[in-house]
Amino acid sequence: MKRYRPVAAVAAAVVLIQLATLILGKGFYLTQLTMSAYYVLAALGLCLVMGYAGQISLGQAGFFALGGYTTAFLTTRDLTDLGGTAFFTVLQGLGLVIPKETLYGGTVIHLSPWVSLAVALILAAAAAYLLGVPVLRLRGHYLAMATMGFGLIVYRIVLGTRLFGEADGLVNVPGFALVPGLEVSGEMSSRIANYYIAWLVVLLVLVLLINLINSRVGRALRSLHGGEEAASAMGVDTARYKVKVFVIGAVLSALAGFLMTHYNGGIGPSEAGVAKSVRYVAIVAVGGMANLWGTLMVGSVLNFLSLRGVFGHYDEAVFGLVLVVMMTFFPGGILGAGTLRTFKVRLVEILNRVRRNRKEVIHG
Amino acid sequence: MADLLSNPGFNPILRVEGLHKSFGGLHAVKDVSFNVNRGSIKAVIGPNGAGKTTLFNMMAGTFPPSAGRVCFNGETVTGEKPFQMARRGLLRTFQNLKLCTGLSVLDNILLGHHTRGSAGFLGGMGASRKSRREERRAVEEVMPLLEWLDLTGLARTEVGNLSFGQQRSVELARALAGDPALLLLDEPAAGLNMHETEDLARRIQEVRDQGRTVLLVEHDMSLVMDICDEIAVLNFGEKIAEGIPRDIQGNEAVIRVYLGGEDA
Repeated sequence: MKRYRPVAAVAAAVVLIQLATLILGKGFYLTQLTMSAYYVLAALGLCLVMGYAGQISLGQAGFFALGGYTTAFLTTRDLTDLGGTAFFTVLQGLGLVIPKETLYGGTVIHLSPWVSLAVALILAAAAAYLLGVPVLRLRGHYLAMATMGFGLIVYRIVLGTRLFGEADGLVNVPGFALVPGLEVSGEMSSRIANYYIAWLVVLLVLVLLINLINSRVGRALRSLHGGEEAASAMGVDTARYKVKVFVIGAVLSALAGFLMTHYNGGIGPSEAGVAKSVRYVAIVAVGGMANLWGTLMVGSVLNFLSLRGVFGHYDEAVFGLVLVVMMTFFPGGILGAGTLRTFKVRLVEILNRVRRNRKEVIHG
Repeated sequence: MADLLSNPGFNPILRVEGLHKSFGGLHAVKDVSFNVNRGSIKAVIGPNGAGKTTLFNMMAGTFPPSAGRVCFNGETVTGEKPFQMARRGLLRTFQNLKLCTGLSVLDNILLGHHTRGSAGFLGGMGASRKSRREERRAVEEVMPLLEWLDLTGLARTEVGNLSFGQQRSVELARALAGDPALLLLDEPAAGLNMHETEDLARRIQEVRDQGRTVLLVEHDMSLVMDICDEIAVLNFGEKIAEGIPRDIQGNEAVIRVYLGGEDA
């Protein structure tokens, strides 16, 4: 049970932060803290892919958008015209359609988000599988480029398709009722509840991922990062494991996108942008790659600050800068042991190189 | 040879027939055939560049042969991947150590136990009863190996902090953790001192005495001559001799290209 202790610490921090906002009268912070949780969820999925399976993916935002747009699209259609068809009757029988009154007194019938949740996750898994099987044969930069290509495709599709609202995105997405009286939505009255729902999901996923990493499969995954040949020689079907991890990462990102879309009541194309994917990569890198805790902490802080607008117009630039600084000075993340020493070593290395180059310029 | 093959009791664990590998215009291995008898220790020797490691890699599935056939346990396995060979019971060590740095000694060795478990992604995530039980059993099963290799006190140590000799031991333990029927050792004595080499020789014999078959590629002549039941000699990709150590030591061709060359 020792391995769950940090989870308990995070849970305590979640409660303390909520109480702090209450005491300080900053309840509005909870909105950004809730959104941060969903971004962290997507980053945790990437942490598994990058840190533990050693695969760089620049397509995480594509999966996030896939989850968000799928539910936004499906739950805002009016199904009245389908009435009477066998498909509709089945859905109705299962209680998976929701009739609603419109502003003008008419009724529309919407699909239950439970259905779109299933569709979103299955779509993300299928897309990741189809993308992963050929692409995961590639290594390093090639994989990064191929996944970035996927991200660009998703971005361009949502931006250029009328049905997906083009540059405006999709709006008026209804709340997602978990149980009667408790729904994922941006209603002011349920702000505290939503904060806890979001972080509960994060904690739950964290527990699942910790379990995975500490299992037989997890050991094989940890060995992939750098020891692929050995893992294969010991009987690990490395190609298949990589695809599975990629699928898990994609499903988590799609789940995050799904929940965020119901929370915000909509989704726009910027969520699919490559800049967002780079942001996820930066978070995982700062957290120390194979470090779920690092991803969690860095992801919450940076996303919160970004959502509060602390970085102003330079939002994306900050994440870019973070990536440059990390790769140059802290390739092992900032939360690992020996961080300061690595920093010094790298700094001296770089300064020496600069000095040498200058000499060459002067004397050569 | 012919009468051996016609003998119904003759059942080699590994049979290599007409194995050939060319890289571009270079013929690294040319038409090599031999058997490895069940429960024996066999060595493949030869000067540098003779094609030993290439041959090894074809048997372990690292890359497929250009021509020829590999039979393991009576089944044709030519072109199978390393993980498939591992599942069949062929496990190997590497000449240039391939340990998973960042992982503990125990985790490295448990990786070798992979084929003996079955818990998957979902079982792992849910920490299912089966998955946890399997994990406990795996640790119990590999602990005697650590003891056997004097690694018990180092179980939790990060593998990168070990001496070279200890790292070699971890590689051996990792391969044995998978309960191999055939153990392939790629230059297991390289980089070891005399004392460590003696330990290794004793251990290889103990492995054989457990009923496993061992095939090794080796430079260290004394090790090979002392412990092997049979030796095959390669030169420029071709098999030039095969037999028991005494015959190999007296073989003119071998002395000329290999032993003689080394003494000179």
